[in-house]
Amino acid sequence: MTTLPMPNRRRTDAVQKLIIYAVLVAGAVIVLFPFLWTFSTSLKTPEQVYQIPPQLIPDPIAPENYSRVVTDRPFGRWMLNSLFVVVVSTVGTLLSCSLAAFAFSRLRWPGRDKLFLVLLATMMLPTQVTLIPTFILFKELGWVNTYFPLALPAWFARNAFYVFLLRQFFMTIPLDLDDAARMDGANNFQVYWRIILPMSKPALGVAALMFAQFKWREFLAPLIYLNRRESLLASIGLRTFMDETHGTDWELMMAANIMFMVPVVVVFFFTQRYMIQGVVISGVKG
Amino acid sequence: MAVVTAMKTKREKRFRLTYRQAESLTGFVMAAPWILGFLFFVAGPMIASLYLAMTRWDIFTAPKFLGLENFEVLLTDDNLFWKSFRVTTLYAVFSVPLQIAVGLGLAQLLNQKIRLLGMFRSIYYLPSVLSGVSIAIMFRWIFGTQYGLLNTVLGMLGIEKVSWLGNPNIVLISFILMSIWGSGANMLIYLGALQGVPTELYEAAEVDGAGSFRKFFKITVPMITPVIFFTLINGIIVSLQEFQTPFILTDGGPADSSLFIVLYLYRNAFQWFKMGYASAIAWIIFVYVLVLSILVIRSSQAWVYYEGSLRGRGG
Repeated sequence: MTTLPMPNRRRTDAVQKLIIYAVLVAGAVIVLFPFLWTFSTSLKTPEQVYQIPPQLIPDPIAPENYSRVVTDRPFGRWMLNSLFVVVVSTVGTLLSCSLAAFAFSRLRWPGRDKLFLVLLATMMLPTQVTLIPTFILFKELGWVNTYFPLALPAWFARNAFYVFLLRQFFMTIPLDLDDAARMDGANNFQVYWRIILPMSKPALGVAALMFAQFKWREFLAPLIYLNRRESLLASIGLRTFMDETHGTDWELMMAANIMFMVPVVVVFFFTQRYMIQGVVISGVKG
Repeated sequence: MAVVTAMKTKREKRFRLTYRQAESLTGFVMAAPWILGFLFFVAGPMIASLYLAMTRWDIFTAPKFLGLENFEVLLTDDNLFWKSFRVTTLYAVFSVPLQIAVGLGLAQLLNQKIRLLGMFRSIYYLPSVLSGVSIAIMFRWIFGTQYGLLNTVLGMLGIEKVSWLGNPNIVLISFILMSIWGSGANMLIYLGALQGVPTELYEAAEVDGAGSFRKFFKITVPMITPVIFFTLINGIIVSLQEFQTPFILTDGGPADSSLFIVLYLYRNAFQWFKMGYASAIAWIIFVYVLVLSILVIRSSQAWVYYEGSLRGRGG
């Protein structure tokens, strides 16, 4: 290729660019079209749903599907339940994981390095191994149909990945800062709370976003712990629109699905820089 | 008297040592939530699960100790288990490398001077942001035989209707296609890594007359093998634990042709209340993940390039 004369080379470059753009646009259409289709279905009447050939832009549109989702079923309530679990467990994760990350990155104590290896190992552990005994434990405590099984473990840094993530970040903060603060009479908790945490806002933000996103769509745990209709989470509530015997109300299920996705998309839209950073960090350094 | 002074000096000594000790103490206290969580939600349950795996237990009556019988039955006399094992393995074998390849291809396309880079990147990453229930529900509708989007589009191209989720021979292909649709997470990780490859390497290769393909396979891929390694391990772990997608899309059907192993575990535990048997399945999954991970880690010495090390290719 390098032997080509200059004008020709520019032309092959242009052709190459064109192909790249064509592939990228095709890929984007493949990714986006299912969402568009879902949105379109969510605005159709039951008859339109089964119309052949299907309409992409329904005529007339049926926005009442969205109000039916919250009136026929307590989907609004389920969304709020999810929000509650997400907020409580995200706060717990940030606190417990940042405390542990501080201890693992900035303090010397016996057994620290060995315990950190244990922590890394737990990140690889398939959740199924602990699933059944944990279920029994919470059942014996009488916590089935409460949100304790979903939120409490987060306060004990159950998702060790975030300890790892925050520790990686804390290690980039110079230790001199801690020493200077200690000279001024600060104890370790004050160093953690007044110096390290404020300096780690971006990392804490990334961790909060990643965890909240994971928690919002968590499925297996709410499936086994919650079975009372009004206390379901939205991720499980979505399933109730699937009905094997009477047929699925696709337009309602898709409306509910859009409602379930919108908060995530909105948050992603405004925070994508941080979220993308988080994924890249976990990939490159993991 | 002598004892008292000895105690006194000891105490004073302890006070003098206080700083290190206080640091140790604070370290423990701050790590305590994680340590407690580890004991109560990881280590404890693991031991309990290992014990349960050796019992027959329906939750309601006392567990009955069986020794290794559950494992024996699973491995020698349970066709459904082997079916789920095969289904899960097949899915992992195809979906993990394909996700890596597509992710890498997209990253390579985006890692050029391209307009709207940020927009494309966000679009491709979108499925990963939303993955899980939403996507599974969406695809249940898209894969529909009569009214599904996929068959409608194929119909326009003159291709006959395919029973994506109703044909035992096709259903796994549908699952794999769907997983490729979510390759954006890998893309993002590779894109980050690609930007870290020194441009001098490419310049040097160009001087030597290397074309795009040579550059890609001789420089790009070797340089980012550490992240490929990470996504490979992660992909294996995630795909072997696939649960909600089959649960929502097909509930394991038709004829158990998409019965993933965790779905089988779920049925045993929470529909048939065979807690002991289900625990044994959990341990088999664990060991399987562990063995595969170790194999990949072992093999990594041959193909993963670490900067500053002499091992591996290009070192």
